[in-house]
Amino acid sequence: MRKKNAADAADAAFCARVAEGFVEPGDAMPDGYRATLIRQMSQHAHSEIVGMEPEGNWITRAPSLRRKAILLAKVQDEAGHGLYLYGAAETLGTTRAEMTRQLLAGEAKYSSIFNYPALTWADIGAIGWLVDGAAIINQVPLCRCSFGPYARAMQRICKEESFHQRQGFEIMLALARGEKAQREMAQNSLNRWWEPTLMMFGPPDGESRHSAQSMRWKIKLHSNDELRQRFVNMIVPQARYLKLRVPGSPKKDRRTGDYSYGPINWEEFRNVIAGNGPCNRDRLRARKKAEEDGKWVREASAAFAKKHLERRAA
Amino acid sequence: MSSISEKISLRRARFDFALRMGDNGLILSHRLSQWLGRAHAIEEDIALANIALDLLGQARLWLSLAGRIEGRGRGEDALAFFRGESDFRHFALAEQPNGDFARTIMRQFLFDARQLALLEKLGESADKEFAALAAKGAKETSYHIRHSAAWMRRLGCGTAESNRRLKEAAEELLRFCGGMFCEERGEELLARRGVIPSADILRAQWQSTVEQVFAESDLPPPDAKAIDSRPSFCGHTEHLGYILAEMQSLPRLHPQAKW
Repeated sequence: MRKKNAADAADAAFCARVAEGFVEPGDAMPDGYRATLIRQMSQHAHSEIVGMEPEGNWITRAPSLRRKAILLAKVQDEAGHGLYLYGAAETLGTTRAEMTRQLLAGEAKYSSIFNYPALTWADIGAIGWLVDGAAIINQVPLCRCSFGPYARAMQRICKEESFHQRQGFEIMLALARGEKAQREMAQNSLNRWWEPTLMMFGPPDGESRHSAQSMRWKIKLHSNDELRQRFVNMIVPQARYLKLRVPGSPKKDRRTGDYSYGPINWEEFRNVIAGNGPCNRDRLRARKKAEEDGKWVREASAAFAKKHLERRAA
Repeated sequence: MSSISEKISLRRARFDFALRMGDNGLILSHRLSQWLGRAHAIEEDIALANIALDLLGQARLWLSLAGRIEGRGRGEDALAFFRGESDFRHFALAEQPNGDFARTIMRQFLFDARQLALLEKLGESADKEFAALAAKGAKETSYHIRHSAAWMRRLGCGTAESNRRLKEAAEELLRFCGGMFCEERGEELLARRGVIPSADILRAQWQSTVEQVFAESDLPPPDAKAIDSRPSFCGHTEHLGYILAEMQSLPRLHPQAKW
């Protein structure tokens, strides 16, 4: 009993500390806080890296040189985001190599949305507009989260993400104003990406495992359902502007101003997370191949650096 | 040659040269962009994407300029997406498959060594438009060769395995290098007018850069005679058709569409 009281007191003290300002890497922090952050930040970093796959596969097929340059720059930004986030997570005492090992071993998760295929050019628009749109809604609050390195990485990432979202919307706009085949491509893409995007905010509030503690620690600031509703309210008017039909025909609640959505197939959500989505195997295979194919290069690089150091010391 | 027909051939030669510059950037950028997410470290994904972006940016400027010189209303996209294999004017080296990282670095270095020599000279061209594009490209290319030559040394002097792979890459790709110095239609005229440097000057400068970096990378010197005795590689290889099939499929499916 005394032990439990002491733990509660320590937890209360840390929550009070969190309210005062950023927690920095050298500061004292509960083990659970550290572990939760490493899990959340590495998962986020992995999502950036795995997320390069569906979009990267359209760079060589982009329909104009301008679109090609924008997409190439965008996917490059995602690699950069992965790099900041791995770096920020490393301040907590883990390493990029260990986080990568966990990803490849299937021990760490990444955003389930990237297990869906980018089938047409319109999907590149939809990923920017919807997926990056959802990411922004999720991430903007994290710019004020309690862990300094994460908050600062998110500030920079959010700036670039909002640029990506506008580019995605612009792709959709060109398609929506284009030929019949282009409009159909855009509508088809919205139909396929809508529900998986709603799932990006995680399970409904009642079923979310990590939420309560994370909210006390200020590494989560709003509930899943709250963020999901914010996203729907943002997207529905944009879809109407594009003259695209949002699946489920959202209705506006006159009292709250919220648009309706759903129902969401949570069975599918769990199934995709469990590894059974259309692209899970391909995504992990691509990461494993990059890791294996790069082994000799990393060894050469390390051997060269070592020789260089020895020569300098001699 | 009468002045009118010389004017026509000069315009044609400028068009061909601008196309060749654009096509080299476009095709090599296409190859490099295939590396995204495949490299041994995220830093290298970013570096290769950066080079691909620079080359694509340069390609867009050169293709747009080619379209203006031609004066038939073709812009960068019409030239990139609606020409067939036989109208592409880049080097066979640029279209060679990525292979392993050693192959990609070797291809890039062999290309950069010529490109930097060319762009530095082209910066002083009598043609103001060429000179302006060359000045922009030279700055970027000096970073590209810093990257590719650093990797040449790292791989060449890293492990026995990396040295072996780099040697194999040299053996595979040096045979396409003669193609970078074939003087194409009209280029001799441009060189005579002081618009572009002559192939001989570029060839000599390329050889000296390559010999130096090969030596620093623990590689045998490239056999200059073998390179020059293979003019048949001035044309394309079978790889080009597949690149174009992939790159051009969507705009060709909807030729009137705006994207």
